[in-house]
Amino acid sequence: MPRVTYIEHNGAPHTVEVPLGLSVMRGAVDNNVPGIDADCGGECACATCHVYVEEEWLPKTGLPQPGSQEASMLSFAAVAQPNSRLSCQISVTDALDGLVVRMPEGQH
Amino acid sequence: MNAPVGIDPHADAWNRPLDSFDMSDPRYYQDDTWQPYFERLRREAPVHHTADSAYGPYWSISRYKDVMHCEVNHAVFSNEIGGIQVEDQPKDMQRPSFIRMDPPKHDEQRKVVSPIVAPANLNNMEPLIRERTRRVLDELPRGEVFDWVEHVSVNLTTMMLATLFDFPFEERRKLTYWSDVAIANVNAPDAPVRSEHERFDELKNMAEYMSRLYEERRNQPPKFDLLSMLAHGESTREMPLREFMGNLALLIVGGNDTTRNTMTGGLLALNEFPDEYRKLLTDHGLIESAISEIIRYVTPVIHMRRTTTRETEVAGVRIPAGAKVVMWYVSGNRDEEAIEDPNRLVIDRRRPRQHLSFGFGIHRCVGNRLAELQLRILWEEILERFPMIEVVGPARRTYSNFIHGFRSMPVRIPA
Repeated sequence: MPRVTYIEHNGAPHTVEVPLGLSVMRGAVDNNVPGIDADCGGECACATCHVYVEEEWLPKTGLPQPGSQEASMLSFAAVAQPNSRLSCQISVTDALDGLVVRMPEGQH
Repeated sequence: MNAPVGIDPHADAWNRPLDSFDMSDPRYYQDDTWQPYFERLRREAPVHHTADSAYGPYWSISRYKDVMHCEVNHAVFSNEIGGIQVEDQPKDMQRPSFIRMDPPKHDEQRKVVSPIVAPANLNNMEPLIRERTRRVLDELPRGEVFDWVEHVSVNLTTMMLATLFDFPFEERRKLTYWSDVAIANVNAPDAPVRSEHERFDELKNMAEYMSRLYEERRNQPPKFDLLSMLAHGESTREMPLREFMGNLALLIVGGNDTTRNTMTGGLLALNEFPDEYRKLLTDHGLIESAISEIIRYVTPVIHMRRTTTRETEVAGVRIPAGAKVVMWYVSGNRDEEAIEDPNRLVIDRRRPRQHLSFGFGIHRCVGNRLAELQLRILWEEILERFPMIEVVGPARRTYSNFIHGFRSMPVRIPA
């Protein structure tokens, strides 16, 4: 099973196994990884599963399509950066085994 | 149709013909009889058409997942065409604000004010909110009955508003008054304004008062208050009068009324479910999830309205273009398909943050974290000093189909 590492804003890492096809958000929520709220449950409607994707993984996760719902929701997030994604929109594949994402200061 | 006094709402809800349902009648919320009607709608007509009401024909969306569908499809369900309430603003008295806009203008204006509730700024505000909350609670009488709405909910949220606007502190009750003016149902017996004209005139007075502060801020370097942000924001510094009125009313109501009523409704809910109150008293670690659960249970905004930009379908029902669509948050938050045992307050439920009270999608409540912060501090400080605060008489609710509010609630803190 692919492994994903979530690094909290205070630096604490959490590595968990996430079944193929589930979202990176679901991997955090199902394993009680703190720092991801996912208020809307994965509908891309709240921007509370916001993560920063580590640079070396960006080619594999990609960035939100301009004009997409994800880009629109992220544009309202308080602390968005160029490597911001909503983790409910990243589906776990074998190619993402080892993925590292960081949490923002707050989910907003 | 109406909800006459003295009839059994359960029997009425299940016996009356579905086509006579009109949940826009404010008495359902003032009398707190809405639940069985929505239970039937969710089960038998989750996408329901009311052919005639005081506000014209409209569609009702009552299930959680269907509300979510409308929320995320903002290209089909517009805020700009008809506004956000089942009741239209009169054509010659419209007051645009960013919640009544679609992209791109909505996005530009929202981004001007959103930094005030960014995580770092909330951290900065926390000590001030806590100090005020302590002072208000320490001054409350013990062993005698007083009005929780006036002494706690209005008092605390008014001070918060004064801070957000950097408004003259000693005049802060003006803000509460304007908030009441902005949302009042003009037919309510205790409404501060009696007609749409009166409302418009009072909000114009508000805009005139505020424009003096706005001009001052414009001529000063940018500061971290809402008026300064509007005065310096690229998409807000040249607003026409009505848009200024609309955006101020939006920020005042949004920053005040909803939190105020959740402060009251939360204490009432914990009194209705004393086992949950006891759980909270013994385990303060539950405060955070209790706050989310209270926000769901209270649902301080009853509905939001959209207007269809084209013909569409919701849950298999065809809705024509140009239709008024009402998303009933009160109902979606009690949808048994989405939330287990939804009519109970359960302060340690799984996933307490999954509720509709803040809305979803691009119009999701911008101040939701500030609201949660104020409520968390309030309950931390309450639990720190008081045993169970008793609600000792009926709470008087607001006559409104939009704001789920309280006018008064008698309580007593044991001596």
